Amino acid sequence: MRVSRWLADRWVMIVALLVLGYLALPILVVAGLSFNRPSSRLSYDFNEFTLDNWRQPCATSDMCDAVVRSVQIGFIATVVATVLGTLMAFALVRHRFRGRSGVNVLIFLPMATPELVMGTSLLALFVSAGVPLGFWTIVIAHVMFCVSFVVVTVKARLAGMDRRLEEAAMDLYASEWQTFRRITLPLVLPGIVAAALLAFSLSFDDFIITNFNAGTTVTFPMYVWGAAQRGIPPQVNVIGTAMFAIALLLVGLSSLRGRRARRADLLAGPAPAHPARRSS
Amino acid sequence: MTVLAQVPTGSGQPPPTPPAARSGRHRLLPYLLLLPGAAWLLIFFGVPLLQLAAASLYDPSGSLSTGYAMTWAFGNYPDVLQAYWPQFLRSFGYAGVALVLALLLGYPLAYAIAQKAGRWKNLLLVCVVAPMFTSFLVRTLAWKTILSDNGALVGVLRDVHLLAPDGRLLATPFAVVLGLTYNFLPFLVLPLYASLERLDHRLLEAASDLYASPVQAFRRVTLPLSMPGLVAGTLLFFIPASGDYINAELLGTPNEYMIGNVIDSAFLVRLDYPQGAALSFLLMAAILAVVFGYLRRAGTEEVL
Repeated sequence: MRVSRWLADRWVMIVALLVLGYLALPILVVAGLSFNRPSSRLSYDFNEFTLDNWRQPCATSDMCDAVVRSVQIGFIATVVATVLGTLMAFALVRHRFRGRSGVNVLIFLPMATPELVMGTSLLALFVSAGVPLGFWTIVIAHVMFCVSFVVVTVKARLAGMDRRLEEAAMDLYASEWQTFRRITLPLVLPGIVAAALLAFSLSFDDFIITNFNAGTTVTFPMYVWGAAQRGIPPQVNVIGTAMFAIALLLVGLSSLRGRRARRADLLAGPAPAHPARRSS
Repeated sequence: MTVLAQVPTGSGQPPPTPPAARSGRHRLLPYLLLLPGAAWLLIFFGVPLLQLAAASLYDPSGSLSTGYAMTWAFGNYPDVLQAYWPQFLRSFGYAGVALVLALLLGYPLAYAIAQKAGRWKNLLLVCVVAPMFTSFLVRTLAWKTILSDNGALVGVLRDVHLLAPDGRLLATPFAVVLGLTYNFLPFLVLPLYASLERLDHRLLEAASDLYASPVQAFRRVTLPLSMPGLVAGTLLFFIPASGDYINAELLGTPNEYMIGNVIDSAFLVRLDYPQGAALSFLLMAAILAVVFGYLRRAGTEEVL
């Protein structure tokens, strides 16, 4: 009787933990396989423990070239998309203008369109315009699908900002540029950084749109796709595990910083209500 | 809070025009800010859709090397539908089954994190998005190892006779649906969590004070209040899942191919652009129809 009572109280949590296990399982497998010496090129089973894959992550040089190329594309696409998207977010939150709802639709649509359709339509455009496919067509495509996510992320941060801080700066004779540089930008920066990280991870991991617009250029996901037919080198799992560890580290660091900032707020005493700051 | 409510914070409604905005330079400013991004989206998102629409009406007898003639060949649409209707049905079938599974798994997860996790909330949320920290393809390939014929899972299932001695998990519809559910589950859980997090626990207490059973309280209080998140999550799950072809390719066989596989090969292997374009458009139209039909029934159009 007691057991069933305990179960009735906690079944939601138990189910939740099981589902989290389902979500975590493949990551554990990837980490495990990064220490595997496969029995054959086409085998996906765990065979023998080895550290070789970590010692020589670039044993198959094609793969490392692909990773470097993905980082390059991700970097360029992130910079461009973050600049374009941040400007749009400022326009949408800070200004009243005609055609605003049209712009909102233009930003929303790419997020609701299946990637497949975006990839094939861009390919149709490039082919009919005679643009050779390769590095730069991938960059163009990645900027396109990252912009909307940047706008949404930066917009959320800007909308939650306390405008009185800027008004105070202007009252104290700061010029418009000084106000932007010293007040607005530092306050929005966390949103911009978050948007840039999101854009980079979307770009780095994109397969479907890239696949249609890459020509013969090989990014890391494209490499994995091709290798899945020819046999996967175990180093792919090293890259997968390393990516996971780096992302986890970044999340850990940012939550640590957030906690320290909150503590500093507390030490500064009961400040007058800053709804914007607390909600961020 | 009442004082704050009167202070324009720029959220939602546009802020009152600042004095400077009356000068001409400032009236143009928003357009200058929007121009580069909007132009990028128009040229590389809007125009391509038109180009795809045009390509779907090209003369199907042309080829990439000889060039295509625009013949308004509306016949392309019935042709591809007739040739590939099984893959179409399969796409929506698999995505639909995966969606039901994801709801069964995702709702308790979102609810537990939002209402029961206490100080573990942030950690559990990180666990939900953690799969996205590593490559989509690499983690899908990991399922090949988990479901492998020589793997522990198949072994156990064969031992308890849930699976025939020569039964397989890999290369079956089951594997594809499992992969779809896994890959897109976080997109369903996050918006659902956001809705459930705002749920006031006192409403549930009130319901039980008024003699509602837990099931009734769920049906009459929790479920309706989580509707916006449920609708948003369902769409964020269903749209990419029905257009996906990675899971079908890596975890299935040609018997499990979805419409995405057909479109992929039309554009990249068979180089039949009119056919690929017509299929892409049909996919988009079908998804839009499902989405709007669903939104209408769910009655929460404000999520858009």
